[in-house]
Amino acid sequence: MKTYNNKAWWLVLPVFVLVAFSAIIPMMTVVNYSVQDIFDPSTRYFVGTEWYREILADPRLHDSLVRQFIYSFCVLAIEVPLGIIVALSMPRRGLGVPVSLILLSLPLLVPWNVVGTIWQIIGREDIGLYGWILNSLGLDYNYASNPRDAWITVLVMDVWHWTSLVALLCYSGLRSIPDVYYQAARIDRASHWAVFRFIQLPKLKNVLLIAVMLRFMDSFMIYTEPFVLTGGGPGTATTFLSQTLTQMALGQFDLGRASAFSLIYFLIILLVTWVFYTAMTHNDNKE
Amino acid sequence: MRLRKSLVMLIYLLFVLVPIYWLVNMSFKSNREILGGLTLWPTAPTLDNYRVIFTEPTWYTSYLNSLSYVSMNMLISLLVALPAAYAFSRYRFLGDKHMFFWLLTNRMAPPAVFLLPFFQLYSAVGLFDTPIAVALAHCLFNVPLAVWILEGFMSSVPKEIDETAYIDGYTFPKFFIKIFLPMIRPGIGVTAFFCFMFSWVELLLARTLTSVDAKPIVAQMTRTVSASGIDWGVLAAAGVVALLPGIAVIYFVRNHVAKGFALGRV
Repeated sequence: MKTYNNKAWWLVLPVFVLVAFSAIIPMMTVVNYSVQDIFDPSTRYFVGTEWYREILADPRLHDSLVRQFIYSFCVLAIEVPLGIIVALSMPRRGLGVPVSLILLSLPLLVPWNVVGTIWQIIGREDIGLYGWILNSLGLDYNYASNPRDAWITVLVMDVWHWTSLVALLCYSGLRSIPDVYYQAARIDRASHWAVFRFIQLPKLKNVLLIAVMLRFMDSFMIYTEPFVLTGGGPGTATTFLSQTLTQMALGQFDLGRASAFSLIYFLIILLVTWVFYTAMTHNDNKE
Repeated sequence: MRLRKSLVMLIYLLFVLVPIYWLVNMSFKSNREILGGLTLWPTAPTLDNYRVIFTEPTWYTSYLNSLSYVSMNMLISLLVALPAAYAFSRYRFLGDKHMFFWLLTNRMAPPAVFLLPFFQLYSAVGLFDTPIAVALAHCLFNVPLAVWILEGFMSSVPKEIDETAYIDGYTFPKFFIKIFLPMIRPGIGVTAFFCFMFSWVELLLARTLTSVDAKPIVAQMTRTVSASGIDWGVLAAAGVVALLPGIAVIYFVRNHVAKGFALGRV
């Protein structure tokens, strides 16, 4: 049992001060901007919720919000099952284990803009392997001009980048299942499906919760990869929330709208993650 | 069954490796060969692209800039996170659970939200376009990450060790540095690696908080477009060099990759 001691706050204080400096002060600035109309540092008016009302009615926000949800949903729908399959196919012992662990980890360690660069190159029909293959098969594939192809490329890129994470998490979940369980299943002549459904899947519940939470969080704030790959185009086909916000804040310097947007954006992520976090800690307490 | 499993694994690994191979392949080609037609391996291998990276000041200084803010960030994150993680793993205190979740909310805050205030905050205090600005900004997600990972490692050290040390007359700082830290050395290594990694791969904040003097490699790479088009060879070589730090240490952390990405919760 942990002892109750409020002096522990002294140990947490440095973290609190540092994170307050890099999170609370900026957050307050955003709140401040979101309720004012600022012409220059000395001329500012309190406008209340006007920016919020304006931004909530903005079709740009609606469009990129819808795109963002579709994107995050697709990412989860592909990566979670695929990650489980890959984890189940991992070798159990021998040299194959470290080799596949290392190779699986590779995409996770690639800098995000290099991920964009890699797929920008490999998808081109003149210098990229995949683009070239697709085009010589007679498919008219061009991620820079066709919205459908751009979407597919961005999705495949994300699957390439992050499925390994789901797979590695599931693999460490699978490793924690004692051999006795499998032996019992063999005695009962359980089918592969039954083993998966009644032994492996329940044990994976916790890691899957974490995987879904992380993948939702990160896919919901994705910026770098599509920015490098397509620049949000063609048109606005692959412009997600972060990019819309960045354009608004730094491109047009539209402080009020961008701040109101920021807060709404942050609230959505906060809400969804809180649900997952509660489920996670709830599980922990039960065990 | 076993054969089918190996086949699935093999196909997936191929899917993972081909794009990386393609980048490496291109980095050894001249631009004429790249644009001249598709070749599966460099027919006339050249190191010219790498020569550009290591001799042109804009390229190699951008690497040094990145390395400097990344190592600063790693140091700051570890220094503040170590005592905090100890507090979370050993004590209950007023608001501990809320504090722990609040830290996580910073890990999930989209960097885009913080762009504007960071830009103004660091301009106001005169840190704009310095590595320390980026290092501090990256603390936003790296400090919570470090606290969470370290807390996981520390909780696996039995509490009896602390108590024995106190009975033996150790003071807290002496116990912490002499006994406790050596015991969680692997955890510190893993945490350092992940702070390094997440700071190294981040583009948006690093690019916004710098302009010329402290330009990081990730920003430099988005600016390879010249009058004659994109310099694909140099871009590929820069990508390969940016990959190297991760690959160099992956062997040592291979069993902890999942743990690190899952904030120590696995």
